Amino acid sequence: MPKTDLVIRVAGEAGEGVLSTGQLLVQAAARAGYRVLTDFSPPAEIKGGYSLFQLRIGSQRFYSRGDQVDVLLCMNQEAYDLSIEDLADGGLLIYDPGELKPPTSPNREQYGVPFSEIARTQLKFELGKNVVAVGALAALFGLPEEYIEKLLQQRFGSRGADILSKNQAALQAGLGYVREHILNAPGFLAERYAVERGAPDKTTIVLSGNQAVSLGALAAGVEFFAGYPITPASDIMEFLAAELPKVGGAVIQAEDEIASINMVLGASFAGKRAMTSTSGPGVSLMVEALGLGAMAELPCVLIDAQRAGPSTGMPTRHEQGDLSMAATGGHGDIQRIVLAPTSVEDCFYQVQHAFNLADKYQMPVIVLHDTVLAVRNESIQRPDPTRIPRQGRLLYQPNGNGAPPPHEGYFLRYALTESGISPVSLPGQPGGQYVATGLEHSEEGRPRYDAVTKREMTEKRMKKLAAAPQDAPEAEFWGDPQAEIGIITWGSTAGPVQEAIRLAAAEGIRVAGMAPKMLWPVAAGQIEPFLQGKQDVLVAEVNYTGQFANILAAHFGRPFEKLTVYAGEAFRVRDILAAIRAKARAAVR
Amino acid sequence: MAETIELTRTLDDYKSDEKPTWCPGCGDFGVLNALYNAMREKNYNPKDVVLVSGIGCSSRLPFFVSTYGFHGVHGRAMPIATGVKVARPELNVLVLGGDGDAFAIGGGHFMHAARRNLNLTYVIMDNQTYGLTKGQASPTAQLGYVHKAAPQGTVEAPVNPLLLAMACGASFVARGFSGQPKDLAQLILAGIEHNGLAIIDTYSPCPTFNRVNTFKTYREEVAPLPADHDRHDFEAALRIASCQEPRYLGVIYQREGPSYDEQLAARKTGTQADLPQLLDTLFARYS
Repeated sequence: MPKTDLVIRVAGEAGEGVLSTGQLLVQAAARAGYRVLTDFSPPAEIKGGYSLFQLRIGSQRFYSRGDQVDVLLCMNQEAYDLSIEDLADGGLLIYDPGELKPPTSPNREQYGVPFSEIARTQLKFELGKNVVAVGALAALFGLPEEYIEKLLQQRFGSRGADILSKNQAALQAGLGYVREHILNAPGFLAERYAVERGAPDKTTIVLSGNQAVSLGALAAGVEFFAGYPITPASDIMEFLAAELPKVGGAVIQAEDEIASINMVLGASFAGKRAMTSTSGPGVSLMVEALGLGAMAELPCVLIDAQRAGPSTGMPTRHEQGDLSMAATGGHGDIQRIVLAPTSVEDCFYQVQHAFNLADKYQMPVIVLHDTVLAVRNESIQRPDPTRIPRQGRLLYQPNGNGAPPPHEGYFLRYALTESGISPVSLPGQPGGQYVATGLEHSEEGRPRYDAVTKREMTEKRMKKLAAAPQDAPEAEFWGDPQAEIGIITWGSTAGPVQEAIRLAAAEGIRVAGMAPKMLWPVAAGQIEPFLQGKQDVLVAEVNYTGQFANILAAHFGRPFEKLTVYAGEAFRVRDILAAIRAKARAAVR
Repeated sequence: MAETIELTRTLDDYKSDEKPTWCPGCGDFGVLNALYNAMREKNYNPKDVVLVSGIGCSSRLPFFVSTYGFHGVHGRAMPIATGVKVARPELNVLVLGGDGDAFAIGGGHFMHAARRNLNLTYVIMDNQTYGLTKGQASPTAQLGYVHKAAPQGTVEAPVNPLLLAMACGASFVARGFSGQPKDLAQLILAGIEHNGLAIIDTYSPCPTFNRVNTFKTYREEVAPLPADHDRHDFEAALRIASCQEPRYLGVIYQREGPSYDEQLAARKTGTQADLPQLLDTLFARYS
């Protein structure tokens, strides 16, 4: 019976095209009806160093890249050394015999495929090595070659008949070599690697998390973006730079992150939906301006594609270490909403929620994206741009929406209202003139330092923050809600947690799991019912200090058990499963 | 044919009822008056003007004007103004602030604002000191300037704002003096008319903390541009900008060329109405 889940890793030297091999396979596989989910881990350098692309394919939706690799393709010795531990027992190793001579092992099957040799001597096309690898892997798991053929035509067709035919020859060489030397080898059980697929579905698309974020921002009506290049967020700026001018918007590559966020605040003041994207080091630089956004009550969206910190840390590695800064970083009592998407598809929708929340509550919203999501490619249903209705700012309409009339000729931009939300005027609007300022200010927006103003304005701003959870995007819940063991998680860690809960259930262990999308302020209305009747609640996150666990413990005044990893990598499903089993055993005792 | 504007507004239309926080005798009053006059001369409707500033005595200016304003954080007036202008090119945006804002904490933005060449007017109220924090040396403070953070006198050479602007590629570089507010109003008007970023470094003395650079000393040091100065001659402008005796006032350098705004507008190929179609196209690309 064909498998429903196969994990393939391509490992080699960065710059050798590990990524392009992977991407070709992913898109072709998705078109053929496979569900796919990938992970990509490049070194921080452009060329040289170990790079891996992991691809999980099958007939069901996946939530993580897979702990163990069924098929490992190694292009060189270093790739072998760093990856071989992850090959499953009985897995298949494919290697380039011109580059390395791995020892045999009873725990695996292994075959050499001379990728470099085929490309160099047979094809006279050294760059074709990757497409040879694509062909080899496709033959192995049964991807019909016409899907790759068509993709090659789309990718290379416009670059001349010669390039196209060379790539086609490379594909055939890879397919042919594997069919002849591996699939027909005595004792090779081809069905061990054949994977089941669904019916090809035209509504499936393959997106990376960064692409989903960018598309979500477009769907939300973003018209202004300013940013500074940084791994792993730069793709978002590049995507929008190409697309925003088509809908009348603008992208500025600013001189630094401080300029980026201040430009965004300027555009927001002028009335546009505005955003920036960066990673932890950039957020650190933006903290002062985020305080200005809170004080001047300017909506904006900041995408933080978190990476391993602190400082420059490990630019291409994963961590969920920016939550404390995102929620409360900065001087004074600042207001800020923090959201975290859990999957590529969720990125598309959470970014739209972020814009709506920023507009409604007139404050910055940080979306805690992360490296795993940023670089992951996933086959998903074509997103629905109309699912989340757009809700803009409460605009000043003279004699209209109940906005207080201008006071003695001056508009009350920061009118003290019951909700704390005041109608906003936009430049160009007659009678709406005011000065946005980071100084403490009166209702007119004039600098005032008296005790009454300070107290009233602080309460006004904090009231908005306190109300925000009522508009928290829906949380995700998994497992058995009645279970005594609970796991709370956030961001991309939702993937491995979800899979672990499923595996635990198959072992008869009852676990409930949830991932709130609004992390700050605490969405107590979602979390509190979840906590009812639970003895042990684990909080799974990729940082040393247990940042969300600390926030929850402070909020609910009850203990939470921290479940953390902090090695620059995502959780493995088995780590979470082990923690669940340990809890279950302790409960029995 | 020159456009004739009927002046339908009075200076009072540009004044707010917020009283300036400046010390008596502060140079910034002259700059404020020049600004009122320039806006009136343009017959600007206050609702269509945005004044953006940073932090410092001079940066309080937007509160004293009846237009829209954005009083940001220290050093970031130019990025904020960039956001406003790129988002809404039809607005009249002026940037105001001090020499600390422009050349110290905001120095990193100055170069890029000059390179970018947005259609903005930047009036720097240069008093060669930090007034709001009580008299420390600013980047334009003269060598040997004595203050509490350098009781033996500063050992850092001052930056020349005009040379800096020209080196950064600025397309309009001028020097004004708040002691000559009529001329300053004309400079601001010329800056507004200029297609691109106009940088107007303006001597605006601090009578409270800078006893070295005063209305009196500036009056002795400044002079109108030589009649034969060609502001389109970069090298001649460099010599004028470098000159310390006298310190010339006026439009020292100007270069015509495309502004950022024009180039940006040319790159826009659609509007928000095209969004559904764009999303369809993009989804198709990834399927």
